[in-house]
Amino acid sequence: MGKTFTTPKALSKTHTHYCPGCTHGIVHRLVAEAIDDLGIQGKTVGIAPVGCAVLAYNYFDCDFQEAAHGRAPAMATGIKRVRPDLMVFTYQGDGDLASIGMGEIIHAANRGEKFTTIFINNAIYGMTGGQMAPTTMGGQRATTAPAGRNTADTGMPLRMANLLGELVTPGYITRQAVLKPQQVNKAKKAIKQAFQYQMEDRCFSFVEVVSTCPTNWGMTPLDALKWAEETLLPYYELGDYKVPEEIDS
Amino acid sequence: MAKVLMKGNEAIGEAAIRAGCKNYFAYPITPQSEVAEYLVKRLPEEGGVFLQGESEVAVGYMIFGASAAGERVMTTSSSPGISLMGEAISYIAAAQCPAVFVNIVRGGPGLGGILPSQGDYFQAVKGGGHGDYHLLVMAPDGVQEAVEMTMQAFSLAEKYRGPVMIMGDGLIGQMMEPVEFPDDLKTEPTNKDDWATNGMNSRNSKQRNLVKSLFLDPTALNDNNLALKAKYAQMKKEEVRFELYNGDTDYQVLITSYGTMSRVCRTAIDQLKEAGIEVAMLRPKTLFPFPEKAVFEAACKDSCKAVISIEMSMGQMVEDVERCVKGRRPVAFYGECGGDIPSPEKIIDIIKGLL
Amino acid sequence: MAFQHIIDEERCKGCGLCVNFCPKNVLEITDKVNAKGHFPAYQARPEDCIHCTICCIMCPDAAINIVETQSA
Repeated sequence: MGKTFTTPKALSKTHTHYCPGCTHGIVHRLVAEAIDDLGIQGKTVGIAPVGCAVLAYNYFDCDFQEAAHGRAPAMATGIKRVRPDLMVFTYQGDGDLASIGMGEIIHAANRGEKFTTIFINNAIYGMTGGQMAPTTMGGQRATTAPAGRNTADTGMPLRMANLLGELVTPGYITRQAVLKPQQVNKAKKAIKQAFQYQMEDRCFSFVEVVSTCPTNWGMTPLDALKWAEETLLPYYELGDYKVPEEIDS
Repeated sequence: MAKVLMKGNEAIGEAAIRAGCKNYFAYPITPQSEVAEYLVKRLPEEGGVFLQGESEVAVGYMIFGASAAGERVMTTSSSPGISLMGEAISYIAAAQCPAVFVNIVRGGPGLGGILPSQGDYFQAVKGGGHGDYHLLVMAPDGVQEAVEMTMQAFSLAEKYRGPVMIMGDGLIGQMMEPVEFPDDLKTEPTNKDDWATNGMNSRNSKQRNLVKSLFLDPTALNDNNLALKAKYAQMKKEEVRFELYNGDTDYQVLITSYGTMSRVCRTAIDQLKEAGIEVAMLRPKTLFPFPEKAVFEAACKDSCKAVISIEMSMGQMVEDVERCVKGRRPVAFYGECGGDIPSPEKIIDIIKGLL
Repeated sequence: MAFQHIIDEERCKGCGLCVNFCPKNVLEITDKVNAKGHFPAYQARPEDCIHCTICCIMCPDAAINIVETQSA
C-alpha cells in the first residue's frame, strides 16, 4: 500500500506568488505532469497570459512566450503554423480568454488550430483586484459589481466550454474542476488527453478548469472550494462538450 | 536578370519569398489585399505558411508568436490596420524579436479613404504603439524600391532584433512597374538559438528560452530600454539612407519629400530646370533613422533660400525637417491628403511662390 | 518498501487543503512561522499516514513529496 509522489521536472523550483490555496498551483502542476508523462518538455512552448498567471513562465521549465492580454491564441497560432512540430499551449484566465480575448479564442478554435488551451475559470478578475469577469455569477460581489452582479444589466455569465462546444470544427472541449482529489485526477487525465490530441495533430484542445480565488471572493481557501462546488458547478457543468471523432483503424 | 511587370502589392509579396521569408499572416484591407491574394497561391508552391487572421489585432500577435519561435515572418496592412497592430509592434520591439511590417498607407484619420496618402509618418516614426521604441522605417518611391527594401528588411530586422516597417502607399501598392528581384538581396536567416523559443530539443539545450516584455523591477526595465536605445543609436550611425536629387547645382529651394510624392517632385524639378530654375530634393529613404545631417547640410547650401516639405498629409515629416534645419532657413509646407496626388504643375506653382 | 513523506516548509503557504483532504487526519497546521510568514502544514500523526498522495495531489505549491526509502 502507498505510492510515491514527485514534483514534475517541467515545473520549476521557483516558489509561486499565488495566494495560499489558489488552485492555479494545482493546475500548473497537472500541466507539468502531462508534459513529463508525454516526454515533450524539450519541444513545448507555453504562452503566459496577462492576469495572475502573468508570471507563469517562472514556474515552468520549458520555452515560454508572454502574450498581450487576450492574444495568446493568436500567438499560439503563429508558433504552431510555422513550427507544427512544437507542442504549444496557452494558459489563460477569465479576463484574458473570455473578455478581451474572446475573438482570438473563438477563431483559433474554429480554425481548428492544433494547440492546447488551459482556461482557468474562477469567476472573477484576480490580478487587477477582484473586478467582475464575464464568468462572474449573478449576485456575486465584485469590486465593479459591489451589490452583486446584475444580470439584467450585464448579461448572464459566459460558459466558454459550452460556447466552444457548439462550433462545428472538430475539437476536444472539456470542462473540469480541481475542487477535490477525484476532480483533480480527472482534470489531469483531461489535460494529458488534450496534449495527446496535439501530439497526434488531431484538433484544437481546450480544458476549462473551474478554480477558486479565495482572496477576491473574500473566503478562506477551504470555504472557497465549498462555494465553488455549491455555486459554480451547477452552472458550469463538468464534462466533455466535444470530442474528436474516433479514427477508423 | 529579366524584368517582370508586376503590381506593387504582388511584387512585395514575391520580394518576401525571394528574400527567404515564407511565413505570412495578414488581414484584408484596401489598398493592399492583393498581397494576400497573391501569396495564398505562391506560398504553397514554396512550402510556406499562409494564414488570413481574424483581425489585424490577432495578426499582430501571430507575427509575434512566429517571430519569437525563431522564424522569418511578414505582414502587410494599411493605416487603420496598422493602428490595430500598434500594441503588438510595441511588444515585439520590447521583446526584441525580428519582424517585417508593410504599411500600404491610405487616407486617414478614421476610416478615411482608400486612395494613397502619407498620413502615417507620425505613427511609424514617432509612436503608434506605447513606450520608448522605434521601428526602422524605409520608404520606397516605387515598385522596384519596394521590392529591394522589403528584401533588405528581413536581414535588418534580424541584425537589430526588432520590427522593421516598409512605408508604402496606395499608389505603390496598386501600380504596375517593371521589377527585378536581385539575387544578392536574398539572405540566410541568422541563428536564433540563444533567445528564440524554438524548443529546447531544437537547440540541444537544457536551458529554456523566454520571450517577454514585462520587467517589473525598475532596474531591469530601465536596462531593457537602454538596450533598445543602443540599437537605435547604432541604426542612426549605420542605416541612414537618402537621395539628394539635383543637389550638385546652385539650387534655390530644397524640397524634402518621400515615396510617391517624391516622384511628382522629381518631375517638377526636371521641368523647372528646363525653365532655368534649379531646385533640389532631399528624399529620405529611411524615415527612421532620419537623415538629419543630410537635411541640415542640404538646407544650408549658400544658394538655397528656402526649404519646403511636400507631403500627402497635413504636415508630419515637416516637423522633423524643421528640427533638422535648426532655424537656418525658412521651412515651408505643402500638402494634400484627400487622395488626389498633387500634379507636377501644382508643385511648380508652389515652388515659384517661394521664390 | 518504506516511504518518506516530506513537506517543504518554505514552499508551504499553510492553505490547509492537505489538512482538509487527508483521509487519515494525519496533518495539522503548525504554529511555527516560515520565512515567508506562512504557518506550514506538518504531519501531526505520521504513523497513521498511508501514503495515499491525496495531500500531494491537492497541494497548490508542490510542497509535498513522497519518496521511497530503503528499509533498514
